[in-house]
Amino acid sequence: MTAYHHFRLAATRAPRLPLRRRLMSAALAAGAGLGFAPAPAFAEESPDALIERVGNELIQLIGNDESIKRGDIGAVNRLVDEKVMPYVNFERMTALSAGRWWREATPEQRKQLMTEFRNMLLRTYSGALEQVGNQTLRMKPLRAEPGATDVIVRSEIVQPGREPIQLDYRMHKVGGNWKIYDLNILGIWIVETYRSQFNQEAQRGGVDGLIRSLADKNREFGPGKGSQGT
Amino acid sequence: MIALPMGGSPSPKRGIAARIPARLARFAGAALLALSLAGCATTGTDGQGGVAGDPLEPFNRSMYSFNDTLDRAVLRPVARGYERVVPEPARDMVGNFFGNLADIWTGVNQLLQGKPAEGFSDFWRVAINTTFGFGGIADVASLMGIEKHDEDFGQTLGVWGVPSGPYLVLPFLGPSTVRDGAAWAAVDFWGDPVVELTSSHGRRNNVYVLRTIDRRARLFQAEGLLEGAALDRYSFMRDAWLQRRRNQVYDGNPPPLDDDCAYCDEYLEEEDDAGAQATGDRAGDAASPPVNERP
Repeated sequence: MTAYHHFRLAATRAPRLPLRRRLMSAALAAGAGLGFAPAPAFAEESPDALIERVGNELIQLIGNDESIKRGDIGAVNRLVDEKVMPYVNFERMTALSAGRWWREATPEQRKQLMTEFRNMLLRTYSGALEQVGNQTLRMKPLRAEPGATDVIVRSEIVQPGREPIQLDYRMHKVGGNWKIYDLNILGIWIVETYRSQFNQEAQRGGVDGLIRSLADKNREFGPGKGSQGT
Repeated sequence: MIALPMGGSPSPKRGIAARIPARLARFAGAALLALSLAGCATTGTDGQGGVAGDPLEPFNRSMYSFNDTLDRAVLRPVARGYERVVPEPARDMVGNFFGNLADIWTGVNQLLQGKPAEGFSDFWRVAINTTFGFGGIADVASLMGIEKHDEDFGQTLGVWGVPSGPYLVLPFLGPSTVRDGAAWAAVDFWGDPVVELTSSHGRRNNVYVLRTIDRRARLFQAEGLLEGAALDRYSFMRDAWLQRRRNQVYDGNPPPLDDDCAYCDEYLEEEDDAGAQATGDRAGDAASPPVNERP
């Protein structure tokens, strides 16, 4: 009992740092001033460490949020905007999926294409979120050349009593930050798969035809009709 | 009464021994057939399929719609009914039972692919699940952390370097390739432990039917995904299936295709600079040690 009380008391007085820590931070500040500060861990986060951190955070967030698990498109949208999109280069993902049609598209068409593609992916995968619960993320060793700026991060979602779900990411370094630009689920890459889907539609009706068929699909299957404004 | 091959009952063992020469002949035949057929047309530089041409598309599309019609008329309603009538724990037991049988054949193929550790791990799963898992209805091995794998003779041929050949939609069975279809018909079908379960053809057919329903019921979720995600279901299924198959042959780590232009940057000339705002960051990158290095 007394030990517990001591702990509580110490915790409430936390702001006063122990001497050693104060000295340490002073030394760090001095080091920073001299220009050889050890880089903070998050500034040079490796791509697999980033996936591990964000992935674990997402599993926990989704597992505890009933509206997301139900597939409530508004809640899923918010989660994706806040926790996922900062680490995604979605423009690159859409551009690679559109292939040569991206070059032909006007800025306005590109924006529409990105919106509809995003809605389609969200709509498709939000249905699988109800399964999220007691899974754990297992990272596989990263095999990349030293100093690479384009890597494949491999991981698995481990679930008790089932086969693990393979989940890989293509990531590249933009301005010092690692961004995801393709996702592989169970061996199937999104960009590779949508490249021929997009090409097939665009060959029939041009970029506008492609955007229209994506929008139609989203309207047909989406519960929150065209939820995300352009 | 079901006699499992691992259960140690004498009659199936004799059965296996008697069939070995016939099986070897079939096996060689299949390898040859697959080789010659797959040699005609290959996709990708390593021939293991990827998103590429579909020379049999007219045939495949008609077979696809045949399967789809049949599925809508018969298999899907039956599987829906099965899902409604049979409670989930019982369905899990059925799935585990067939999964346990499949593990035997997976183990055999692991050995054929030169992966003894994985092979013995799979046989170990069968031993555990057949005993502690009450004949396979409980997947105790997975709970113990021994992972389930999925290998078949088509994958084994792929590992041996046999090209996948063109995409092929088989009647009743669905997506395949020339290689995998031949492997299935000539080897996998006969290596299926269901053959050993019972000598009665009637009972064996009941087992096949139950397994088909079980498999179909498992596809409902993936099917929902396909419906919502595909602009053209036929080509989406084809491209996804070929990628997944190639991925399986390489056990989750396929090398990039040489002719793979999915990530060529020629389409993206204007894009990059917009993202790389901070030039200071770049200078920092050059000085800092490489992030990806693994000892």
